[in-house]
Amino acid sequence: MTAASILKIAVTSEGPTLADPVDPRFGRAGGFVVVDLASMATTYVDNGSSQVLAQGAGIQAAENLVKAGAQALLTGHVGPKAWAALQAAEVKVVQGVEAMTVGEAVAKFKAGEFAFSDAPSR
Amino acid sequence: MIIAIASGKGGTGKTTVSASLVSSWKRPVLAVDMDVEEPNLHLFLKPESVSSEAAYLEVPVLDKTLCKQCGACAELCQFKALSLMGAHLLVFPDLCHGCGGCMRICPEGALQKGQRELGAVETGVTPGGIPCLTGRLRIGEAMSPPLMGKLRQRMHAQAAKESLDIIIDAPPGVSCPAMTAVQDADVVVLVTEPTPFGLHDLRLAWKAFRPLGKPMGVVINRAGLGDDRVHAFCREKGLPLLAEIPFRRDIAEHYAKGGILAQLDPGLRATFEDLAERLERMGAEVNHA
Repeated sequence: MTAASILKIAVTSEGPTLADPVDPRFGRAGGFVVVDLASMATTYVDNGSSQVLAQGAGIQAAENLVKAGAQALLTGHVGPKAWAALQAAEVKVVQGVEAMTVGEAVAKFKAGEFAFSDAPSR
Repeated sequence: MIIAIASGKGGTGKTTVSASLVSSWKRPVLAVDMDVEEPNLHLFLKPESVSSEAAYLEVPVLDKTLCKQCGACAELCQFKALSLMGAHLLVFPDLCHGCGGCMRICPEGALQKGQRELGAVETGVTPGGIPCLTGRLRIGEAMSPPLMGKLRQRMHAQAAKESLDIIIDAPPGVSCPAMTAVQDADVVVLVTEPTPFGLHDLRLAWKAFRPLGKPMGVVINRAGLGDDRVHAFCREKGLPLLAEIPFRRDIAEHYAKGGILAQLDPGLRATFEDLAERLERMGAEVNHA
């Protein structure tokens, strides 16, 4: 999948809107703002079901994200297990996204300022 | 009879009490170090001719040629050890708790038995002839209760075969490892110290273990330090104060050299002999009830 063919992206977020700060955590993120790139319509996916898990939060978060139909993920860090899950579902990942709002992250993605990761964080 | 030496707070003296209690126990006894994340009872009991055996947990291995991606296993697993992502079933064996449910529920027989190494179970005998059992968690292994389960099986088998009482040095805290360590006990000893931290964690331990319905008693280590709020707590909750170990420099020096406190002087010997007698009485009451 090329960047141009991506229609929906998910951004880990501390809140439900484009104005909320990016949550740099993936598995323990508060939620995902899922953005339709054509219309810029957003939906919010709560990630509370992952946050409460003793283990496997990243895997659960990946499942939540795939269910929401996201083809790419913008976040701070993705661990090895979540990475494997996202790879299996062919979700593209951008890491190192933090200290900005969800809207800013989406704008940078659309402007081609982000590169997809080829490995998880440790 | 099984005695578990536990505490909420780490570093209160569980191992110190365990080693002295083992050396003061009147009947034949098996010393078990269940603090598998950092076993240290052997530093005091000094078992010899130690043999080590690896312990394993049964975990699923996927045969991709048989899997039809129905997702039944992933739905069953409460620990995310299995995840159905699109057309791929993913297995994360290090998250598996070993319940075996996925292998049973799979209609295709696509999940087969594999193994994850948990660590090792070590057996030895002290120079005085006391048998010792220790669990040692593999570095990188995140869960200690499965290895503790293997240790418990071994402990029960050896105690039954040789008619031994058991003294368990439990891990600190009040979560799964601590609960696993005390579940077989007839009597639980809570070791604490008369400080605000000691009291705080003693309260947590009392709350965590009380629902098990086992008789409990308290040993205060470093007595003379801090204040008397631990004493007040014990009175309030009806927890018998079984022994007090004074806060003394010569005790710390003896401990630091790997010495057993009950062997330091006649006063401490009497303290631990008395503790052993009281615990035997408490255990006997449980077994007769």
